[in-house]
Amino acid sequence: MYLRNLLTLVALLAVAGVANAQSRFGEPATQEDIDKSFWTIFPDGEFLPDGEGVAATGRDLFEVNCHICHNFPGENDPVKDEIGKLFGIKDKSGRTNLQQTIGSYWPYSTTVFDYVRRAMPLTSPMSLSNSDYYALTAYLLYENGVIEEDDVMNKDTLPKVEMPNKDGFIMAYPDVPEKYKAKP
Amino acid sequence: MSKNKNPLTIDATNHAAEGGLLNRRLFLNSALATTATLATAGAAYGQDFIGEGQEDWLLYPGTSTLPYGDRSRFEVESVQRFIHDYSEEFLALRMSTYVSRTPLDHMLGTITPSGLHFERSHQGIPDIDPNQHELVIHGKVRQPLKYDIEALENYPTVSKFYFLECSGNSAVLLNDEPTDQSVNAIHGLVSGSEWTGVLLSTLLDETGVGPDAKWIICEGADNGMMHRSIPIDKALDDVMIAIRQNGERIRPSQGYPMRLFIPGFEGNTSIKWLRSIYVSDRPAMSIQETSKYTDMMPDNKSLQFSLLMDTKSVITRPANTMSLKRKGLYEITGLAWSGKGKIARVEVSVDGGKTWADAALEEPIQSKMLTRFRSPWLWDGSPAILQSRATDEFGRMQPTRDEHIAARGQNHIYHYSAIQSWGVGTDGEIKNVFA
Ligand code: HEC
Repeated sequence: MYLRNLLTLVALLAVAGVANAQSRFGEPATQEDIDKSFWTIFPDGEFLPDGEGVAATGRDLFEVNCHICHNFPGENDPVKDEIGKLFGIKDKSGRTNLQQTIGSYWPYSTTVFDYVRRAMPLTSPMSLSNSDYYALTAYLLYENGVIEEDDVMNKDTLPKVEMPNKDGFIMAYPDVPEKYKAKP
Repeated sequence: MSKNKNPLTIDATNHAAEGGLLNRRLFLNSALATTATLATAGAAYGQDFIGEGQEDWLLYPGTSTLPYGDRSRFEVESVQRFIHDYSEEFLALRMSTYVSRTPLDHMLGTITPSGLHFERSHQGIPDIDPNQHELVIHGKVRQPLKYDIEALENYPTVSKFYFLECSGNSAVLLNDEPTDQSVNAIHGLVSGSEWTGVLLSTLLDETGVGPDAKWIICEGADNGMMHRSIPIDKALDDVMIAIRQNGERIRPSQGYPMRLFIPGFEGNTSIKWLRSIYVSDRPAMSIQETSKYTDMMPDNKSLQFSLLMDTKSVITRPANTMSLKRKGLYEITGLAWSGKGKIARVEVSVDGGKTWADAALEEPIQSKMLTRFRSPWLWDGSPAILQSRATDEFGRMQPTRDEHIAARGQNHIYHYSAIQSWGVGTDGEIKNVFA
């Protein structure tokens, strides 16, 4: 209401000939502004960049860029497991599943690329090329049992990868389904 | 000092529930609060030095004013956020501590001082130069626009009191055994502030949104570019781009220079250091809304976009950071909140939920904000189990822990809002218990 009044006031000022009476202060955003600040990849692959990679390359990149903080498959340094367990839990039984890994839990393959590119390596996100990030994604998906060793990941193939737990989620907005509501 | 003119008498008319719970009106109009002060008169004064016996701060001038004020030096050590101890090996890899909790047991009223507001970041707190920071709004809009902090300060702002709670708050109570962590460590991921900002609907009105706009996808300018999708109906309702907290510019750990603030939603959605809003026809399915912040139910299905915070309450005093040193009168007090609206009722029990008494609610009772409740309690020295149970204006009442687990299991860490219990022993020691 107050805003509306203010806008009316601004309009009146304009009629009264007050120079530069302005109520809107956004500046036009250029494509450059958008590209700099927007890193989202959608599950259908929209906004995936060019480039490609395979698991073998990803393994080498992992050794150099990631292994200092994350275990390789089969390793179990407890500190690294606490940082983030990337491999190992492939079924959904029992409370150990609280630390859900890519193969056991993540519903979309594109989320792996989106997240690793925007946030990893923790010390220097965005420090690698898009092809490097495709290779790391291929490596993570391969070692989680989701794709074959030779599968090439790029903007066409990645969104087609089906994750084992893709049907494991239920929409809880705007409301949680009745059967999951605790009844006092 | 005059004598107490209204000595407090407690009789059967004050009884409200079993175990010594008294009527919530007891403390109103009683002079109890003022009787304990100034009991030390009559110091011996010297002949020619009438200030003998006065403390130094009366005998010497005080210090100068400061451009930015500090707390009393006597508070600095004792009132602090709770931060877990991490091993050196872990911190060497993690780079920074990433969560701190509000010392709820030291708070009264409902406002959390900005320096004690809980903090959660994933990859550290960025040190953003406001002159190099912009928010870009784009996607399914008529005109993509960008705003810096100066531009936002030009708009008519709204100021509202809201709570913010991490949906992982209190999760330790889903473990099989009660915890010996403090009330602050268990429940301190909730705080209350006055937030000032520009309604997002004002900016979206300016960019225009397309008819197929269903979500907004928000990204932060932190080291990990925190990333969430928010339904458009909420975005156009009460969501603001917050630029101030408790009057001053928001602090770096709260999103300086600008953050999304989503009243009543899980804290993680209120993207800090906000720099991009993409208006979209579908959600992004970011890591934080798939791998994280989803709640696995007993049938192994996971709730996704469980965004709204439930009705919840916690007794902050007495709690397990203190013990009862004497029998007699205590005030049970704590906080209640709901992500949907106002708190309508808080009940308190001291017999583990067998009988309940209405607590007094302290004004103002505000929507999606902390509400303080109080109940006078006469402790007779026998074992007690203290509980509070809140209900919001929509009738959403807190369940018991058993009821929560029956519906939702224990294989999740978000959105635990069941009734919490403090067990009081005959020795006055207080512990977290399951009841
Ligand atoms: C300096 C330590 C460090 C390095 C190096 C690092 N990470 Fe991480 N990683 C982390 C931390 C810490 C987290 C958890 C972040 C959070 O809490 O949001 C994480 C989380 C992850 C996750 C999400 C795990 C999950 O399921 O929660 C993935 C995937 C990941 N990292 C992949 C990588 C890859 C790939 C690399 C190499 C390119 C890498 N990380 C390098 C520290 C590191």
